[in-house]
Amino acid sequence: MSVDQATRHKTWLRYLPVRLPYAFRSTGVRFSALFAALLAATAAVLAVFLWWSTAGLLDRQTEAAIHADALNLSERWASGGLPGLVLTIEDRLAQNVDDDAIYLLADPSMREVAGNLPQWPQGITDNGGWYELPIERAGLSTLARVERFDLPGGYHLLIGRDVRVRAQLRGLLTEALLWAGLLVAGMASVGALVVRGLFHSTITKVAATASAIAGGNFAERVPLSGRGDEFDQLSETINVMLDRIARLMDGVRQVSNSIAHDLRTPITRARTRLEDAALHAKTEPELHAAIERAIADLDDISAVFQALLRIAEIEAGSRRSAFGQLDLRKLLDGVVELYEAVAEEKSVALTLDAPELLPGYGDRELIQQAVANLVDNAVKFAPPGSAVRVVAEATPTGARITVTDQGAGIPDADRSRATERFFRGDAARNTPGSGLGLSLVQAVAQLHGGSLTLEDAHPGFAAVLALSSREEA
Amino acid sequence: MRILVVEDDKDVAGFVVRGLKEVGFVVDHADNGRDGLFLAASESYDAIILDRMLPGGIDGLRVLETIRGQKNSVPVLILSALGEVDDRVKGLKAGGDDYLTKPFAFAELLARVEALARRGKGESPVTKLVVDDLELDLLSRQVKRAGQKIDLQPREFRLLEFLMRHDGQVVTRTMLLEGVWDYHFDPQTNVIDVHVSRLRQKVDKPFPTPLIHTVRNAGYMLRAEPA
Repeated sequence: MSVDQATRHKTWLRYLPVRLPYAFRSTGVRFSALFAALLAATAAVLAVFLWWSTAGLLDRQTEAAIHADALNLSERWASGGLPGLVLTIEDRLAQNVDDDAIYLLADPSMREVAGNLPQWPQGITDNGGWYELPIERAGLSTLARVERFDLPGGYHLLIGRDVRVRAQLRGLLTEALLWAGLLVAGMASVGALVVRGLFHSTITKVAATASAIAGGNFAERVPLSGRGDEFDQLSETINVMLDRIARLMDGVRQVSNSIAHDLRTPITRARTRLEDAALHAKTEPELHAAIERAIADLDDISAVFQALLRIAEIEAGSRRSAFGQLDLRKLLDGVVELYEAVAEEKSVALTLDAPELLPGYGDRELIQQAVANLVDNAVKFAPPGSAVRVVAEATPTGARITVTDQGAGIPDADRSRATERFFRGDAARNTPGSGLGLSLVQAVAQLHGGSLTLEDAHPGFAAVLALSSREEA
Repeated sequence: MRILVVEDDKDVAGFVVRGLKEVGFVVDHADNGRDGLFLAASESYDAIILDRMLPGGIDGLRVLETIRGQKNSVPVLILSALGEVDDRVKGLKAGGDDYLTKPFAFAELLARVEALARRGKGESPVTKLVVDDLELDLLSRQVKRAGQKIDLQPREFRLLEFLMRHDGQVVTRTMLLEGVWDYHFDPQTNVIDVHVSRLRQKVDKPFPTPLIHTVRNAGYMLRAEPA
């Protein structure tokens, strides 16, 4: 981490209310904690629902039964008075198969009149109030849920149900949920560890690649898991980016090497000529001649610079703004027409074979220059009496322009290097040129989503320029 | 002819000013955008040579845009350091009439300035160009010399037209490449020379006096009297 990055990191931390404990500064740990929390929350929601749908249901059923009883008994009271009510309660108790019903009718002094509770329990004071209390019944202590009603004439009625079964169920459920909770906690921990491990291993791969590259090993790439998941997609994107960076770096390195080697020669020559003239020229014409030669040398150097800048500019892709629809046939006609005269002078037959209608998409000026460079090369290396053919055809993706000559061609060994900046084959050593022509053509081809292929034409040399006419190329 | 040179580099400016004075031009010089703008607005020039990069906050393009904003249509040649190819397009869009990248040969600059200054004189549209006994009819697209019809290819016709429109002026190879072929790069082979020599075969060879002359280290000139 550079000093700059470290500072930025600290600045960011300053905005946190509390400095996170060390473990939570790891994204992996944070993700796994989140995972565990999510799992726990899900389990809790599930438990609540389970509780509500079992214990809760029983509660609601008990309450409904008590209410129904109360309604029934109040009707009896209305029609039969106290004796009717006592009779009904006794009837009910006798018919209660489950032995869970609880009734107690008490007189104004709280003495038992009817029912199955020995005495009025303590603390039951409110009319219409719900109570849950332990009771003593038939020698057994159990749990009851009761409701109190005050009757006219100072009588009090207690209606309830024995809820021992529900209490047992609750205990059972609590125990089960406790175990389930423990299980969930265990699973969450294991899951969190797995998530963290997965996260960690993927991030580590990317981080390892990045630091290897930072350390100067530019061949390193992020390994892919082969699953094609999001991490793989990220890794692939990173790798594509690294490839692009590597290509650009190669380009820069190549250019600086080339400048060092290839521009030094003409600069040295110009300098030598000037110095020689300054020291040895005796007459004014001699001096003039030397100066003029030096100017020509310098012009060559600036032409090379211009070509280099242009290639760099094309490779940077900044000329895409000049893209538009163009008529390739017209463009080729123009180039061939321009070079026809030169070819004729060399007794070289320059011919164009292209469909009348050949639309293209791109930068007219650049394609013009690229084709001109290919034709220029071909005419330059064509032996007298031979033919240079320019053939263009439409392809499914765009257009293909082939320039073929019948010259000496390029040896196989040199062909792959022919598009390198400043590369000049042995055959080209004594011809004028900067060795940048094919580099420019290749840069133009790549800008247009196409390619430049160099082939052996048996005999001769064929350059195939493929251009894409897709707008997003 | 009056020329304004707006250029901050002392060596380049001195060289250009001296050269232009030598051929008989009246030259004013400004070494920053503000002065250049002031001179361009207050004086009347036949052409302005304007450097793109100028010190003092007002660069060449701003100067040019301001001049054009004042409805001043003086021909402007933009000078620019070797750089982005798109610069040319930007310069011409801003209202420049011609564009030349540094480093340049003085002959190239002179030829272009002369062509610009003459264009600024506002020639009325012509249908026929005549130089000495050479006639070029733009409507019937026919060329005659001493009454004798000359057959030309379409491109040869345009080449001759360009030379005749600039008769008595030096026309450089790049000017021909740009004006006749609309090419804005330097072909490595000297294709232009071959085209001119072909044209000479047809226009000059059969006749006693040549009209198309080679100007050493510069280009060509079509002219009635040999100098």
